[in-house]
Formats: sequence, structure tokens, C-alpha cells
Amino acid sequence: MGRLSKKNRRRDHVSQTTLDNAFDRRTFTIGTAMGGIGILLAARMGYIAIAENERYELESESNRVNLSLIPPRRGWLLDRNGAPLASNRADFRVDIIPDRTPDPNHTVAVLTDILDLDENAAADVRKRIEDSPGFQPVEVASGLKYDQFAAVSVRLPDLPGVVPQRGFSRFYPTGPSVGHLIGYVGPANAEEYEAQDRNPLLVTPGYKIGKDALEQQFEQELRGIPGARRVEVTASGRIVRDLETREDVQGDPVRLTIDGPLQDYAARRIGLESGSCVVMDCETGDILCMSSMPSFDPNSFSQGIGRVEYAMLRDDERVPLRNKVLKGLYPPGSTVKPMHCMAFLDAGVKPEETIICGGGRRIGNRFFNCWSNHGSVDMAKAIYQSCDSYFYHFAQQVGFDQVAKWAHKMGLGEEFPLPVTSQFYGTVPDPAWKKKKFDQEWQPYDTVNSSIGQGYYLTSPLQLAVMSARLATGDKVMPRLRLTDDKPRFEHFDFSPEEIGYVRQAMSDTVNGPGTAGRARLPFDDIKMAGKTGTAQVVSLSISDGKTGPWKYRDHGLFVFFAPFDKPKYAGAVVIEHGGGSGAAYPIARDVMTFMFDPAKGMEALRPLEEQWGGTAQERLDAKYRAYAAAAGEAVPPVPERDEDIFDQVEAEARVAARQPEAIARETNPSRVDTRSAEEVSEATASARPTSPDSVTQGPAPDNPE
Amino acid sequence: MSGIVPDPIARQPWRMLFPLFVLIGFGALVLYSAAGGSWTPYASSHVVRFLVFLPMAFVISRFTRELAQFFAFPIYAVIIIMLMAVEAIGFVGGGSQRWLDLGFMQLQPSELMKPGLVLVLARFYANLPIGLIPTWRSVVPAAALIGFPVALVLLQPDLGTSLALAFGGATVMFVAGLPLRWFLMAGAAAAVLAPLAFFFGLQPYQQRRVFTFLDPENDPLGDGYHITQSKIAIGSGGLSGKGFNEGSQSHLNYLPEPQTDFIFSTMAEEWGFIGGLVVIGAFAMIFSWGLKVARDSQDRFGKLLATGMTATIFFYVAINLMMVMGLAPVVGIPLPFMSHGGSSMMTNMICIGSLMMVARWNRKAPRTGLIS
Repeated sequence: MGRLSKKNRRRDHVSQTTLDNAFDRRTFTIGTAMGGIGILLAARMGYIAIAENERYELESESNRVNLSLIPPRRGWLLDRNGAPLASNRADFRVDIIPDRTPDPNHTVAVLTDILDLDENAAADVRKRIEDSPGFQPVEVASGLKYDQFAAVSVRLPDLPGVVPQRGFSRFYPTGPSVGHLIGYVGPANAEEYEAQDRNPLLVTPGYKIGKDALEQQFEQELRGIPGARRVEVTASGRIVRDLETREDVQGDPVRLTIDGPLQDYAARRIGLESGSCVVMDCETGDILCMSSMPSFDPNSFSQGIGRVEYAMLRDDERVPLRNKVLKGLYPPGSTVKPMHCMAFLDAGVKPEETIICGGGRRIGNRFFNCWSNHGSVDMAKAIYQSCDSYFYHFAQQVGFDQVAKWAHKMGLGEEFPLPVTSQFYGTVPDPAWKKKKFDQEWQPYDTVNSSIGQGYYLTSPLQLAVMSARLATGDKVMPRLRLTDDKPRFEHFDFSPEEIGYVRQAMSDTVNGPGTAGRARLPFDDIKMAGKTGTAQVVSLSISDGKTGPWKYRDHGLFVFFAPFDKPKYAGAVVIEHGGGSGAAYPIARDVMTFMFDPAKGMEALRPLEEQWGGTAQERLDAKYRAYAAAAGEAVPPVPERDEDIFDQVEAEARVAARQPEAIARETNPSRVDTRSAEEVSEATASARPTSPDSVTQGPAPDNPE
Repeated sequence: MSGIVPDPIARQPWRMLFPLFVLIGFGALVLYSAAGGSWTPYASSHVVRFLVFLPMAFVISRFTRELAQFFAFPIYAVIIIMLMAVEAIGFVGGGSQRWLDLGFMQLQPSELMKPGLVLVLARFYANLPIGLIPTWRSVVPAAALIGFPVALVLLQPDLGTSLALAFGGATVMFVAGLPLRWFLMAGAAAAVLAPLAFFFGLQPYQQRRVFTFLDPENDPLGDGYHITQSKIAIGSGGLSGKGFNEGSQSHLNYLPEPQTDFIFSTMAEEWGFIGGLVVIGAFAMIFSWGLKVARDSQDRFGKLLATGMTATIFFYVAINLMMVMGLAPVVGIPLPFMSHGGSSMMTNMICIGSLMMVARWNRKAPRTGLIS
């Protein structure tokens, strides 16, 4: 600008004319600038509104329209007769989405007030909100009354992030009876959400996935297809109107081999004991019942595990959270004796071959005692009288390798292809196993211990039931949990019908003849049950005699059985932890099989017992919960952050518990050297246990410890 | 003008009044929709306010040049006192202290200062001997006149209004013929000082707004929410909009303040690009009339006053539209003649009244440039 350079030197020369000119120029500049800005704005608007219109229209729609998933109704779990073991119940529920809640504590306080929650429940909700990743809904309460639901709905504008809705919740009609078998459902955790590609269904309030056992195994089939609802919402989330709704598709039902009433009966019959009962169909391998008690109530677990309930279950020394059918490992004791006889038969031992039991028997250079003095013993007597000496002798003769091979064939130490989250396979000891595990040579006393199901031997109740079924039929029966129409075909073991019949008869004599389980006789004239008792010692005799004293030190009681003995249809096993001997186990087996053949008779036997115990399993659990909650008050520590942790911990503890017998297997206990004569032993045993002539298969120690 | 139309009507500045009525009417329609299809609470009070302030503008337009010049300094002084009173006894609203409660209305003196500052500067330069223009004596008093109220408004704190004041004042200085290099130097100084002012002078919430403006998608649910939702509203309107009363962004509350700062977005959602062009065009007509009034004015006072008033309204419009389109940070500046709000309507109608006043002076003593 010329004026600029001029004024650099002569700044004074400003006149009215130059000012007017400057004004005209500068207002023109301003006008041009204004016009430029106007054009810029128009262009910018055109760009946004026309060039990018599609994008913004989409964003506007996604603002306006809220697509919410309707959680699919979960498929039912049915028993073999089509009765539901797990179904759905319509209910009202309230969830909270922490990310959308500015002040969760206040919101929870308001909800606590409206819904009348107790302090522990409120503390659980607060803890879950704290632990949650934020975008996942946290259940505040379910199973609400309509009034409560309506009260929350009305106050929604003051409760951001709270989602009340009508939905379906899982319902287990027989509660604790099926807890371990079926598992429970719960909201997906953060890992599951990530693992399933952030499936939005998993963070839909009210949607739950299977968390344990069958619920988890059949998740994909049970899940169903979610419905969807398109609604117009305001920025604060208020629904203005429904636009479109697609109904959900319920998940497929899964039909199990379980016999619902039998499962429930067995669970109730176990009563106050801690134990398990498995019943199988010998012809198909169908598992008719696998009860493990005490148990938890999957109904309350599915609503989120409360801290009071969790503390009660955790503190219980009978470990209600452990599925003892699959994860309880016990020395099988004498229950393996019939199976060992099959091994002897296979190795060429004739049933008529006898040995002399003199209250024990010398194996190698040591004397190992028997629980009684049996005199001359053949195979049948060895089974029904449970003579230990017979097994010491022939196990040593055929070699334990040979016996262990048959144990595996019969299902011990094996896992089965079942839809379960985990099963322990236990131990069938043999020289190679011992070498690998402890780097020690196999000793004669290992053969002696193992031959009567002690020492390192560990089996689960399921394995014992499978063994029993295979023993009864001579077929390699495979257990199954899912019902199909086709009848499976099993490989037949190479035994003659006579050999099988011989063992069946001996096992029948255990119950119906001169055997160890006379009280296990079925109350039917035409149906006879065959069986074999077993007692497993848990601590050394120096600590406890296994019959009395602290519960934890009492012997486990075991019983394997099949019926009818001459044409086996059902087989099973009962294991009672610390029952003080097999006398705790076989009455349960007897009543369960009675129920199997005649439910009315079975219930007759159960009713007086339950009266004595204080109600059904469900009633007792509820009463216990109330008592515990009242005693614990409000000072109950919270549950672990993820339910999975609870069961991981339970499983870890189960593994530790299973290793417990190893201590006895290795110990050499001098107090057990038997210096008495055979007659004295016989008399002493007979007088000690007049009603329960059972084989106490306490791990015999070598009589000359080196 | 033809003889059919009576002279008192024909001589009114219809070039400005027509687009003004369009804006007011259009604004009322948009406010009707922003209230969810209701005349209350926005649209009816918007029209009523206009009907109150329009006569006020006509009254202002009747003032003579001498009267305006005479009252320039006293008016300025009164507003300064009111600004100081705001600091002392004003009440706090929305995080800053801007209002005086007069009993019948809440007055925002910083709004009155916008035309007041233009008036006093026009008065100052009109009477400044021409020879003093390139000297410090033309700058220092003016800088004081601008700086004092700007400082008071900054204390409130109200960044948007202080910028508006500075812009109006600078425009008057610019057209008053001050040497151009001073403006270049001031611009250079501002470029240096701006970052310092940004980091040490601004409130954290204001700094955040600037960051948000630079990257609105960074925080779509927090500070970027306003800009993002505003762009969605404008963008989803397309060429012709979603239709009257059909805007989902405004009706479902996604758009913040659909009746004040973001009224243009509300409008654009329902009327589209075409509606936007109408609004921008109407403002363009008003500004071109304002500048024409300034250029037609014969004396310095009228020229400076008209330019300053036009620039003041322009600043509102430009900043508001740039803000809603994501070209400027979010500052609380409404859109003149459309947004719901009494203070801004009053300020803008004072500006319009002043422009009409200058236009009337021009008509009485038309520029004699053709003759001389």
C-alpha cells in the first residue's frame, strides 16, 4: 500500500480526503471479508448437509433408534421321561448398568429402599458394581413382585442406568438335588464377553449363560436366538415409542438320561451324610442318577451368589460345592474285590482254588493281616466274606500289573466321554506308575495294599458305578448323560457266562446270603440285589479307629451293586464320606433300588428318616441358611469376584483332599502288626462289630518294617 | 417509491427490514418446533420481545446526530458503572457473574456495552483532529476505552463477550483510518501472546473447549458432545430437511440448547441446506445494507457508528454459525434475531436502531459527493 511507505517517513500528511478514501477501501475490505465468511459458511454447511449427509443421517438414526435385544428363553433340560429338571419362570427383575450410572452408591441406596433388600444383599450389589467392567449389567434383584417392579419403573427418570424388565429366569424345580449335576446360570463375565467376540447378547440385562456342569456344556443348544426390539429413545434414554419387535426363539431342550424322581430321591436319601449315589442302566449305559450331597441350591446361585450363602457353603466341612460323583476320589476298598476276581479268572485262577486265611497271610517274608480269620477260602467266599488274605495271595500270584490292566478295562482310572466340566480319573497303581510318580520300586506290600483297594488306589463314585455295570454284564458299558433313541452296542469282555454268573452269585450272597451286607436285601421276593461292601480308612489307626471320634477321621463307607442279580438291569455305587464304614452306604443303595422298582415303597422308607432329619434336602438347606444368616449377621465377607473362582478353588481343594490317602499308603505303622492268633482276631473283630461283618480294609503294614 | 405506498412507510429501510422480519418469523417457527410443537415457552416470547424492541429501534432512529454525540460518553460511563456493579453485587449464573437483577428484568450490562463501545469510539474518532490520527493520541485513549470494559467482562468471566467487544472496537479503529501497520503489528503481537493467554489466561473449561473444537470426536460423550450433535443435526437435514416439527435431534434432546446457541442446527435439521441459505442470505442482505448505510454517511461519526454496529451483529452471526458447524470452539454466543433470549435481542435491536438512525441522517443530508 503506497500510503504505508509514505507514512513511514512523513506520517503527518492525513487529510479528510485520505481518510475518506481509507474508509471506503477498508469498509470494502470488511464487506469482502464478510462476504467471504458468508460463502465459507454456506460451503461448509453444504458440505456437511449434502456431501456428508448419508453419514450424519445414519448417526442421527442411531441416536434416535435404540435396538435392544430380547434375551432368548433358555432351552429346558429334561429328564428321560420328559419332565423338566431346569425350566424357565416368568419374573420381574432389575439390573443396573454401572457405566450409565453417575452415582452408583446413591442409586443402589434408592433401590435398596424400594426393593426392600437387606444390608448383605445391598453390599453384594455394590461389590459387583465395583468389580464389573462397567458396560455389563449387574443384577440388583430378580423374582420381584409386580408392585416393586412398578415402583422402580415409575422412578426411572431419577435412576439413570437402571433397567427394570420383565423376563424369564431359570428355575430348577428340585433345587439342591440337581445342583452339581446341572450347574447353574449367571451373567457372562468380562473374559467370556471377549471370548465370544463381544457378542452384545452377553451384556444384555437379564441374559445369563450356563456357568457349570450341564448348563455350561450344552450352552450352545440351550441358548436360542435373541429377539430384538427397536424403540425411539430420547438422549436420556426414555423410550418414546416402539418401532418394531421381533420375538425371541427359545433354545432347544436337551434330554438327559437322568431319571428325575430317582435323582431327587437319592439326594434326599443321602440325608445328613456327605456322599454320592450313582445309578446306571447296565444295558444302555444311561446314567439314571448322580446325586452328590450336601449340595447348593442352583436357583439362588443363578440369581447371583450371595455372600451369606457363599460363606455358609464354604465353611461347611462337607464341601457342598464339590461334585463328589466326579471330583470325589476315594480308596475303593473291598469294592474292587469282585473285579479283581475277574482279573484272577482271566489269569487262569480257578474259582475252586482255595487258600487258608489264618487271620492274615504271609506274603514274601512278611505277614499281612486280614480283618478276620476265614479259614479255607475259595473265590466266592472271598467275595461275600471279603477275605483279604485271598486277594493278597492271588494278586501276588498273578502280579499286580495284570490286575491293574483289568481295573482299567473295568473303568477305574479312566475318564468317560461325558458332557461334564471336569472329572477326576483317580489312580490305579501299578509298578510303572509308582516308578514314574515316586521313583520307587514296586514292593510286595504295594501289591498287598492295592489288592484290597487301598494304598494308592483312588476311584470316583462314577468309576465304581461303571465298574459295577461292567462287572454285572461283562460288557464294556459306557456311561452317557444325553438320551438318544439308538441303543448303544458295547464290546464284550472275554468271559464265559459261567464265570460271570459265578461272580454275580458271590455278590448276591454278599447281600442275600452269608455275606457282609445282609441289611441291604431288597424288600421284594422276586428281585435280588447283588453288591459288595467297602470301607476306606482315611487316617492311620494311631489317630482314629475309623468308627467314632471326629467326623473327619471316620472311614469312608462304600457299596457297589447291581440288580436284579441274575439279569442285571441297574448298577450303581454309593459312597458316604466318613460314614464310619460301609454300613452307612448300603442302606442307601437298598432304598434307592427299592424306589427304582417300587417308588411307593421307597418313599415309605424315606419319610420316617426325613422326619427325623428335619425335612427334605431343600427344606434343611433353607433352614440352615436362615440359621446361618441370623448367626452371621451383617459381618459376612464378600464372595470372590468371579463365580468361576469359587469352583476353581473347590476343584483345587478336591485335588488336595484326594491326595490325602497317599500319606497312609506310604506309612509303616508298627501298631498294626498283628501278633494275635487267628482265633483271637476273629473273636475280637466279631465282638467289636457284631452287626456289621464288614471288611475293614485298613492298609496293612508289613510286619517287619525294615 | 411509487405514490401508492404512503411516504412514511415507503421511506423505511425495507432492504433491511424485510430480511429482518424473515429472520424473526423463521426464528419463531424454529422455536415453535424446538419447544416440541408449541408456542410456549420460546416462540411467543420471541415474537413479543421483537414487538417490544422494534419500536425501541424506531425511537433510537429518531435521535439526532448531536444528541447521539452528546450522550456517547455519559452512556459509556453508565454502562461501565453497571459492569463494576456486576462485579460487586451481580448474581452468579452458569459459572460466571454476568447479570444485574433490576427487579423487572435481569440485565446483562456487557451486552449493552457492545453498542455502547461502538458509539463512544465513533464519538471519539469523529471529534479527533484529523492530524492526530497517525499519532499515539489516536490509539491510547481508544485502547483505554476498549480495554477497560473488556477487562471487566473477562473478570466475570465471559470470554465470548469480551472478544465481541474487542472485535467491535478494533473494527471502528480500523475504519477510522489508523495506520495499517499498527494493525499488522497488533496482529503479530496477538499471534505471540495467544498461546500464552491460552495456557495462563483461560479457565480449564475454556481450554477444554478449544481442545474439543480441534478434535470433537475425541470425546463424543463429554465436551465434544455439543459439536458432534450439532453437526449430526445439520448433516442429517440434507438439502431440504426432515420437515417442520420432524427434527429428531432436537425433539429427542440430543441437541443441547436447541433454542439458543444451537438454534441454527435445529433449523437446519428441519429445513435443510435451503433453510440455511435463506438464513445466511437474510443476514447478508442486512450486513450489506449496514455497510451501505456506513458508506452513504456523510460524516465521520455516522460512518464509524454504522460500520461498528454492523460489525457487532456480524461477529455474533459469524461466530455462532462457525461454532455450530464445527469451525470454532463452543462459546456461548446466540444467533441474532433467531435465538431465544432477551439480552441478545435487545443488543441487536439497538444496533439495528442505530443503523436506522444513521440511515435517517443520510436521507436528511445525502452525501454530496455527486455534486462536489
